[in-house]
Amino acid sequence: MIKKIFRACWLALVLLFMYCPILILVVYSFTDTAIIGTSGNLSFKNYITLFTTSDLRNMIIGTLVLALVSGLIATVLGTFGAIGAFYSRKSAKGFLMLANQIPVVNADVVTGFSICVLLIVVIGVEKSTFIPLIIGHTALCTPFVFLSVLPRLKQMDPSLYEAARDLGASPSQALYRVVFPQIVPGIVSGFFLSVTLSLDDYFITTYTKPATFDTISTYVVNATKGSQTAIKTALWALSTVFFVVIIVAVIVMNTASSRKAGDDIEKANA
Amino acid sequence: MTRKQLGIPYAVFLICFVIAPLLVVLYYAFTNGEGYFTFANFIRFFTDQNTIGTLFYSLALSLCTTAVCLLIAYPTAYFLAQSKIKRKAVLLGLFIIPMWINFTLRIAALKEILTLIEGNLAFHPFLNSVVGMTYDFLPFMILPLYTTITKIDPSLGEASRDLGATRWETFTRVTIPLSLPGIISGVTMVFLPAMTNYVVLDMLYNSTYIMGSLIGSYFSAYDWNSGSMISIVLLIIIFLVTWATGGFKDEENARGALL
Repeated sequence: MIKKIFRACWLALVLLFMYCPILILVVYSFTDTAIIGTSGNLSFKNYITLFTTSDLRNMIIGTLVLALVSGLIATVLGTFGAIGAFYSRKSAKGFLMLANQIPVVNADVVTGFSICVLLIVVIGVEKSTFIPLIIGHTALCTPFVFLSVLPRLKQMDPSLYEAARDLGASPSQALYRVVFPQIVPGIVSGFFLSVTLSLDDYFITTYTKPATFDTISTYVVNATKGSQTAIKTALWALSTVFFVVIIVAVIVMNTASSRKAGDDIEKANA
Repeated sequence: MTRKQLGIPYAVFLICFVIAPLLVVLYYAFTNGEGYFTFANFIRFFTDQNTIGTLFYSLALSLCTTAVCLLIAYPTAYFLAQSKIKRKAVLLGLFIIPMWINFTLRIAALKEILTLIEGNLAFHPFLNSVVGMTYDFLPFMILPLYTTITKIDPSLGEASRDLGATRWETFTRVTIPLSLPGIISGVTMVFLPAMTNYVVLDMLYNSTYIMGSLIGSYFSAYDWNSGSMISIVLLIIIFLVTWATGGFKDEENARGALL
């Protein structure tokens, strides 16, 4: 019994450490005070600032667009890369899998810096074209799409593709109609992972972004160094929005997957 | 286009934007501003007290952060894996969710709390940095540990108890050795970012440099040769750590296990 209580307390304490800062910000985002620990009145001014300041709004939209664009490119590139690697000879497959691990194990600082040196310093691509930034984010995300699609291909029954070919499907038809549907879960989770990685990135962005463009990460870092309290507290509102969106997304995914599991059990019983 | 050729675009992308940049960095690390071959960049790094100090400060910070993360994450993952509550997935989810919130927003939140507790962040820069990094990286340590511990066959623990081992002996001689792969992957997930994530230090007003800060400052000074040299030093450290832990064979990665 004591052991059980100790374990529950331990887990609760760790959760408290993980959530306390965020939850306090969530509460304070609805007040008019700028200093945590002081009391303030209920106010939505942070949310009004967040959604009406054009600087903040552009920065948020820019971050989301960047995450979606680089996520899409990464998903296409990584999915085809994984299919290609899966069906290739050992040497080609080995090369792809090893090269794919480089950005995964490498520090983001080094990835960002090296892309900056090649594209901006050596080749002379203008930062303001956004090309280095998008390439940087794609290089960060694609390996994870590759890694989430490849296991799905391995799980697939190889005779399915052969059967489709025997039944008269062309190679591209067999790929599109038979292989592709089997790996969709891997592609979807790869895409979401890409978007999260891109949204979270600071280092690659700093080294490759145009001077006037900011993502949430670079903006927040600059804002915490500055002294503009209106911006600082508006970012509390942004954290709250982020937090709520993620909680909702997790609940939706959870109920969807448990409903699906329920369906599967029903099907199995029928 | 055959199915094999579908991999060509990604292979080209990897060569152009992953391998080529690293080769260029290698070239810059061994040349001076005029483009002549030289070891001077490295000699300067290893003879300057400041940069060597930075290397050791980084290592100390990384080791502390990794140790603290492991000490918090192991019991957490173990208790989670052992717990028999109905909705375990939801409980596990609670420990993973913070990973999806932008880390700069989370560190900004932590900064407010630490300021409230300590009054002034300047008094405990090292401690604050360890706390900040632990706060940032803890989910990355919990997840691989949880995955490995749940995979351990419970009958092994039962067998050990039947053969006369105490609970503690069973834990230290059966559970911990069997969870070693999780420990290794968690440690690499924390140790390497802790050497380079200088934003955590910046945001918590710790002005001491770590290895990542050096790249940042050389970048701001347009000193590509020195920045490249630091990149190569970091790459060597990363290579040694990855090689020692067998990470090149591993397809599963904690960052990849997010979803």
